[in-house]
Amino acid sequence: MSEAKQREPLIHISRRGNLPWWGAWGIRAAAVALAMMVCALLCILVTRTNPLDIFRTMFEASFKTERKFWVMLHSTAILLCVSLAVTPAFRMRFWNVGGEGQALMGCLASAACMILLRDAVPHWLMIVCMVFASITAGAIWGLIPAFFKANWNTNETLFTLMMNYIATQLVAYFCVVWENPKGSGQIGIINQRDPYKGLGWLPVVGGQKYLLNIIIVAVICAAMFFYLYYSKQGFELSVVGESEKTAHYLGIKVKRVIIRTMILSGALCGLTGLLLTGGNDHTLTTTLVGGRGFTAVMVSWLAKFNPLWMILTSFLLVFLQKGAGDISTNFGLNESFSDILTGIILFFIIGSEFFIHYRLHLRHRHLSDKEAVK
Amino acid sequence: MSDTGFFAALGAFLVGVAAFIPRAVVQGVPLLLGSTGETLTEKSGNLNLGIPGVMYVGGISGVVGAFYYDQSVRAGAMVDGVLDTARYAANMNGFLAITVPVLSCLLGALLMGLLYCFLTVTLRANQNVTGLALTTFGVGIGNFFGGSLIKLSGSDVPSIALTRISTYFHASLPFADSLGWFGQVFLSYGFLAYTAVIIALAAAYVLKRTRVGLHLRAVGENPATADAAGISVNRYKYASTCIGSMIAGLGGLYYVMDYASGVWSNNAFGDRGWLAIALVIFTIWRPNVGVLASFLFGGLYILHMYIPTGMNLAVKELYKMAPYVVTLIVLILSSLRNKRENQPPQHLGLPYFREER
Repeated sequence: MSEAKQREPLIHISRRGNLPWWGAWGIRAAAVALAMMVCALLCILVTRTNPLDIFRTMFEASFKTERKFWVMLHSTAILLCVSLAVTPAFRMRFWNVGGEGQALMGCLASAACMILLRDAVPHWLMIVCMVFASITAGAIWGLIPAFFKANWNTNETLFTLMMNYIATQLVAYFCVVWENPKGSGQIGIINQRDPYKGLGWLPVVGGQKYLLNIIIVAVICAAMFFYLYYSKQGFELSVVGESEKTAHYLGIKVKRVIIRTMILSGALCGLTGLLLTGGNDHTLTTTLVGGRGFTAVMVSWLAKFNPLWMILTSFLLVFLQKGAGDISTNFGLNESFSDILTGIILFFIIGSEFFIHYRLHLRHRHLSDKEAVK
Repeated sequence: MSDTGFFAALGAFLVGVAAFIPRAVVQGVPLLLGSTGETLTEKSGNLNLGIPGVMYVGGISGVVGAFYYDQSVRAGAMVDGVLDTARYAANMNGFLAITVPVLSCLLGALLMGLLYCFLTVTLRANQNVTGLALTTFGVGIGNFFGGSLIKLSGSDVPSIALTRISTYFHASLPFADSLGWFGQVFLSYGFLAYTAVIIALAAAYVLKRTRVGLHLRAVGENPATADAAGISVNRYKYASTCIGSMIAGLGGLYYVMDYASGVWSNNAFGDRGWLAIALVIFTIWRPNVGVLASFLFGGLYILHMYIPTGMNLAVKELYKMAPYVVTLIVLILSSLRNKRENQPPQHLGLPYFREER
């Protein structure tokens, strides 16, 4: 008996049957709540203020004024757009961590159109060129790693990671080439003054600066949902992700699926670049995408690669980041504090996935079960 | 060209090279430590994209340790509220000045490694997601504590200077200066630089020539087979990732205490962590190759400062691309040639659960 006791591990893990969706989201919500508690505790330790103040600050960061609310919606939309872009690749188990670079290439291409074509073409044609150029640039940046993955099985995580930095340096190069004013090393707002004023800026819809971007992303989100779940191509890429051998048996051309999916993924990232440079910021900097290419990996993964759930997860991450940012500034902390809070929350959410898929059995319960059987 | 002209040009070139090499080496050492750590980690099948964060945490933990040691020595050397510099210098114990920062650095990096392992191995989370979150978190920790210490020390500039303690890290052999170019190229570095080389060579030896290394590689290549052979997969994953993190953390410590002369300023470490991951690929998972490759990368990293571009500043930005482009080429070539010994560990980035085989 004592020997058996020694050998039996303290905790026994078994796989859960499929949890209903509310069970899974309940566990995730519990994880977020727990994470917020830890964060609040940390904030209290550092700032020695009332935790309610901290939560209020966090909430107000996204909802206090109409402007803040729109900014939050817009950030959510942009993050969602990058996440939607990387999702088809992820469903294929192609770890595209190069969303950052692909989106930056989109920014670069739109900025190039805005600067180089401003004497040559009218506004509407410029917009057309920008859409075309940014989508092409992103698609090329996605195609390169896919080409090598499809033909020679080159590791895509490392490849796309490196492509990010190459894109960053390309942007840095053009920032100096197109600098304005001379010697600043920065581009500033493109086409801000007459005679070019507003050339290549996406139109404002409904009197709300952010609305057009949000609508575009909503349309992409719906389209992506149908593409992934109700189209033949969406089915094919899921099969390739599950098992390449099965895909071969089904007569799916794996190489073609990999390349096609990554072109789509890169193209959508490039389109995000257009929304950033053409729609909102009207500038080009190396940090314009702001790490969204990496955050998108988490958004997509947390939503289990489902575009509709991604609306929720991208909102959650933006809400947390904005809240953590405001906590840092309002309580006189260094802005990096928000990174720590974001990190903690992410760790909790990442860790919670385990409890969705597995169940723990403690040893003593197990033993008492046995005794009950006896 | 006449002979004398040729030799004069050659001489000038060699002097330039002799001056360039040490700079490339000091840039390379953090990359070497980071890539050695990451190689060990990846050999167990864990693709730890959190290494940049781990290096930040290693650096700041060392700085925090050094800061408190420095403060305690300062407090002991206060005479009537004024710092007695002679006593401050005399009270500083060389042994403690090195061990306190090194140990706190190792501890900080170890905690990061444990966090990564707990999430990916025990809780079976996705490695890419966890790694990226770890990087956000680690860089945040570094800059937050860095910023707080800057506030605490009440300095006017946004950095902390631990100049006195850094002299212990920076100290090279006393006769290095008297040996001319030889001393400059080979002997002018602090002890951590030599430690980095030794660690890299030792790691290469362990991986290639010992039983532990064989088991570790088996875990990274095919954990199911390793498990069937009686190797404890989780234990190897934990051990290699944690040791790897500690080695990478030393890279952060070297950067602050030696290269930057004990001056921490936020974000100064930059993207060196990603470069360390690039170096792992560049060396095709061989730490011994990393010794020279890291110095080459260090050279590439600062090449833009040495190439005469005249007024064209933009081209410098293109030169900064060099390490990444070179890495990509190596990644592509190694997959094109498809030699078995040059491939990434087969199970890299994939989780292993015994019951789901």
